[in-house]
Amino acid sequence: MSRSIKKGPYVQQSLLEKVEKMNASGRKQPIKTWSRRSMILPDFVGHTFAIHNGKQHMPIFITENMVGHRLGEFAPTRNFRSHGLHTDKAVAK
Amino acid sequence: MPRLMGVDIPGRKRVEYALRYIHGIGPKRANNVVDKCKVDPAKKADDLTPEEIRQIVAFIQDNYRVEGDLRREVSQNIRRLISIGSYRGLRHKRGLPVRGQRTQTNARTRKGSKRTVGAVRNKSARSAMKAKGK
Repeated sequence: MSRSIKKGPYVQQSLLEKVEKMNASGRKQPIKTWSRRSMILPDFVGHTFAIHNGKQHMPIFITENMVGHRLGEFAPTRNFRSHGLHTDKAVAK
Repeated sequence: MPRLMGVDIPGRKRVEYALRYIHGIGPKRANNVVDKCKVDPAKKADDLTPEEIRQIVAFIQDNYRVEGDLRREVSQNIRRLISIGSYRGLRHKRGLPVRGQRTQTNARTRKGSKRTVGAVRNKSARSAMKAKGK
């Protein structure tokens, strides 16, 4: 079920404060965050977030299209390294 | 065979069922269309008068997105997900289930029919195959 509209979008408070501070001062630098569940607000556009993927912080530049998604959607937590090679026998089948 | 919305040719069925052959119109919308256009749902699609057909087409065009427009919208939405680099876009690109379903088994609708992914245990044979593959 989706979140009640009454509550508004969820953003971690500390993250929101950081963005507001940066918007006020006009400075832009990557914001390191672990809060993958925070929703991307229109205010975030143009900033770069270093989003934790469980191992490291992935720098993601926020564009207008991303508004409404969660930060975590842009920092994949799994890394698929490919399966073994096809044997001749399997290819022949 | 009446022609609605360009290409669709619903056949010798009751109107309420024939309308569902249009992409973007299912049971609910079909009932709604029949209701709003005041057409008898039990009538065969062949028996529709030109006036009724005109009415139905006008109603669908005004209220619903169907066929080409709908398909375009859907594929645009998917393209958007891919272009912003979201997880859902990634799953679309890889042809895997998008909404968190398991993939160890099942997921055959998205993954297509089974492909054997061979395991070559021998290290030297592995590198030889890699060289051949490229």
